[in-house]
Amino acid sequence: MGVPHESFGGPGGGAPGPGRSPGKQHKDVISVSDKDTALPRRSRRIRAYALTGGRTSTRHQLLVETLVSVPQYDPALSGTLMPESRSLYERARARCSIAELSVGLDLPLGVVRVLIGDLASQGAVFVHPTAHAYHHDTNVLERILDGLKRLPA
Amino acid sequence: MGSSGSPPEGDLLTISAKIVVAGGFGVGKTTFVGSVSEVPPMSNEAWMTEAGEGVDDIPPGGKSTTTVAMDFGRITLRPDLLLYLFGTPGQARFWFLWDDLSRGALGAVVLVDTSRIDDSFAAINYFENDSELPFVVAVNQFEGMPVHDLDEVRDALALDPSVPLVTCDARDRASTIATLTELVSHTLSLAVLSGPAGRELAGSAPHA
Repeated sequence: MGVPHESFGGPGGGAPGPGRSPGKQHKDVISVSDKDTALPRRSRRIRAYALTGGRTSTRHQLLVETLVSVPQYDPALSGTLMPESRSLYERARARCSIAELSVGLDLPLGVVRVLIGDLASQGAVFVHPTAHAYHHDTNVLERILDGLKRLPA
Repeated sequence: MGSSGSPPEGDLLTISAKIVVAGGFGVGKTTFVGSVSEVPPMSNEAWMTEAGEGVDDIPPGGKSTTTVAMDFGRITLRPDLLLYLFGTPGQARFWFLWDDLSRGALGAVVLVDTSRIDDSFAAINYFENDSELPFVVAVNQFEGMPVHDLDEVRDALALDPSVPLVTCDARDRASTIATLTELVSHTLSLAVLSGPAGRELAGSAPHA
C-alpha cells in the first residue's frame, strides 16, 4: 500500500520531501513499484481522475454539447494512447458530443473534458464550434428556428 | 458508425446548439426531452460533487462524494445542425451545476406544474437573477388537469411581463416543438434588440 506508481504521480509529483535524498535512489523506488503491479483496488472513477493527473480544466472550450470528430484517423496513434483516451479517440471517429462521450464510455464529464482537451492539443481530434460561437450572428438562430418549424410534428 | 478513414467532407462544419430544460423535481423535464428527442433520453452520473455540509445529511464517517446525473436528448435540425436538450438536476443543492449546463445555451424552458407551483420558484429565480440566458416559462398542462388562467399563473409566479408564458403538454411532441420554437423566437427577438447586427436589422425595413 502507498507505493507510488508512475502514472499517478503527475507533473508535480517528483518533488522530494525534506530528509529524503533525491537522485539515484529514486530509481530504486520506481523499480520496486514496477514489481508491485497489483495496485490496491480503487473505485474506477478515482482512477479516471488520476489519469488526468488531477487536472480538472482544459484550454479548450468544451461545453456538454460540443461536437468532436477525428479528421484523420491514425491507428498508430491510437495504439499509443492510454485506454480511456483511446476509447474516446475511437468513439469520436463517428462525430460525437462531449455529453454523449461521457454517457457512452461512462466517464465523468470532467474527465472527458480533460482527456479530449489533450487529444485536441495534439491535433488528434477536431473540436467543432457551437452555436454560441455565433451568438452575434442572428443567421444561426434563424436557421435553428427554421429547423424547429420544419420538424415533422 | 463503422466507417474507416476520414469523415465525409462537410461533416467538420457541423455545429451544435443547446437548450436547457429546468423546473422542480418531477415536473416532467425528462418527458419533455423524450417527446422530441430522436434518441431515447440519455443519462449517466456525469458530475461528482462533495455533499453539501449543512444541507445534506453527512453519513457517519464524514465527507462523502455524490454523483449527479445528467439527462439529455438530441434533435437533428439539419444534417449540419444538431440541437441538444439538457434537463437540469432537480434537487436544489445542485444549482451550481446549472451554471455548467447553461454556459453557451440558446436559452431555457422552465416547466411549471400548477399543482406544485412553489417547486418552480427556485428555477425562475435562477434565470431571472443569476443567469443571462433568455427563458420562457411553460405550464405543463396534462389532460384532465384543472386549467388555470395564464394571467393568474403569471401573478402567482410574480413573473416579469417580458418573459413569455405558455402552456404545453410535455408528452406531446408537437406541443414540445411549439414550446422550443417559442423560446428560440424569444432568444432571436432579444438578439435582434441587443446585438450589433441587430441594430442594423432594426434600422432597415423588415422584408414582408
